[in-house]
Amino acid sequence: MSKNKKKVNIPFLNAIGRFFKAVGGGLKKVGLKIRRFLRHVFAVKSMRSLQGDILAIIFLILFCCIMAVPMIYVICNAFKPYDELFLYPPRFFVNNPTFDNFQNLSIAMSNSYVPFSRYFFNTLFITIVGTGLHVIFASMAAYSLEKIHFKGQNAFFSLVVVALLFTPNVTSIPNFIIMSRLHLVDTYWALVFPAIGASMGLFLMKQFMSSIHNAMLEAARIDGAGELKIFFTIVMPNVKPAWLTLIIFSATDLWNNTGGVLIRTEEIKPLAFALQQISQGGLARAGVAGAISVLLMSVPIILFIATQSQVLDTMASSGIKE
Amino acid sequence: MSDWRQTWKRDRVAYGFLIPYATFFLVFTVLPVVISIIYGFTYYNIFQPTKWIWFDNYVRLMTRDSVFPIALQNTLKFAIICGPGGYILSYLVAWMINEVSSKIRMVFVLICYSPTIAGSIYVVFSVLFSGDAYGYINSALTEFGIIEKPIEWLTDPNYISTVIIICVLWGSMGAGFLSFVAGFRTIDTQFYEAAAIDGLKNRWQELWYVTLPMMKPQLLFGATMSITSAFSIHQQTIALAGYPSTEDAVTTIVNLMVDYGYQRFDLGYASAMATVLFLMMLVSRWLINKLIARTGT
Repeated sequence: MSKNKKKVNIPFLNAIGRFFKAVGGGLKKVGLKIRRFLRHVFAVKSMRSLQGDILAIIFLILFCCIMAVPMIYVICNAFKPYDELFLYPPRFFVNNPTFDNFQNLSIAMSNSYVPFSRYFFNTLFITIVGTGLHVIFASMAAYSLEKIHFKGQNAFFSLVVVALLFTPNVTSIPNFIIMSRLHLVDTYWALVFPAIGASMGLFLMKQFMSSIHNAMLEAARIDGAGELKIFFTIVMPNVKPAWLTLIIFSATDLWNNTGGVLIRTEEIKPLAFALQQISQGGLARAGVAGAISVLLMSVPIILFIATQSQVLDTMASSGIKE
Repeated sequence: MSDWRQTWKRDRVAYGFLIPYATFFLVFTVLPVVISIIYGFTYYNIFQPTKWIWFDNYVRLMTRDSVFPIALQNTLKFAIICGPGGYILSYLVAWMINEVSSKIRMVFVLICYSPTIAGSIYVVFSVLFSGDAYGYINSALTEFGIIEKPIEWLTDPNYISTVIIICVLWGSMGAGFLSFVAGFRTIDTQFYEAAAIDGLKNRWQELWYVTLPMMKPQLLFGATMSITSAFSIHQQTIALAGYPSTEDAVTTIVNLMVDYGYQRFDLGYASAMATVLFLMMLVSRWLINKLIARTGT
């Protein structure tokens, strides 16, 4: 009775009541959604406190914001018009993005003494040949170490593990002596050969190959397949994540390589060197330098995004077992 | 002789697979280390014939060179701060990334790893930390009233090494970091459940008693990566502080080595420096192996 009375008598208040009910329901729905989202975001495991999860995610977001500052700055600079580059006080973000810097870059490139297609070819050649041979040779060696077995394999692999320490950064001087003794200075091979012999590739490939079951290979051997055939038809298709990882590591290094003292002739210098020269043109090139950085870094980063999950699969077996 | 022949006959397929890679590996990765030891005992400048001078290079390094002790000190300082610093940072970030769901995980991994693959982006630090009022850090600090006049971040010996350390730490999440991120995923959740039943209370205990011991192989790999990058810091110092930096405040052994090798063509002397560097790297790797073998006990 009383309910009816209320409903009939005070329709206005009733409407307000319905409104609040709707809002409340909506809020509840939103609340549920937030909770579900949080459940989804934080992998809820045993003995996990929600505060800990929230702390972790806040820390990660803050940390990644700081990590991304230089990248964002470069990208912003690449799109800044000339007058925004030298403002005081300096402004971090771009207000009126333009493609001027990229246009200026293409003008600078077309005025170059050696045509840019040539630099591009050089880098492409070095990267493709170096990476290709590295992946094939390192996989073959890894197969031999992991699945065929031979006298001295443990000694060889220990050498590879220790050699992980000696990256081209620290061996540049003796490497230069070797290159000059072999008369390889000023050729593509001065950059390609060390990349083929990099220890990281063999190491990762060998560790990853241990996940392939020996029974499969034994069965193929009993069927009369030769080692080469087993390698190309059984092993290689199964280690696809590993060779994608090797491609990422090797291609990134070669792509970013400027040649340094090993390449002197202008015609065979890599793209990274030529672009570096343009960006060192002083203040007038500040925006262009940003455009160059964006162009140069986009290739390895796109490669990494495309292969990230395979790379992580490979790195899962990267441990050094003593 | 016949023994060798038998081994060859039995293993020739394996050797066939190994030889193409082994040739390049031995000549361009292992031989440089051997070469630097040999040439460390000589005077060699490419143009004149090599002259054996035995330990003279090392005596010169320790007694007559005024910059090398500073470079050695800087290298050790950077290695002690940036090596473990980058290592622990990589591990902690990888651990936290492991706590969140896989979709955002990918974004975090990409952001942290991108400095490693983006080439020479660290040059940007020279703009951010520029010594004049146009530098971003200076302008921000002036805005907030913390400083009155711009700080010469990249030329004042008191500040340069700090900036370099920040820059190196920023780029320290490389292959080792990826290995950690991937390593966390390989640990079976059953171990955590078992540990919870055994009475572990929080995630710190879980980290120390379950995760760290299970990740020993990845920890070793990450340590190797950290050692190489920490001892080979040189591009960052050239890009930010120039070479030579003010009062050689951030000159490292690799800086000095490159200078002697490529500018003065004193390759024998540079090789001696490289040998000292290799020795330090091997010793620190040995020490870290001992340390990691003890985790979780």
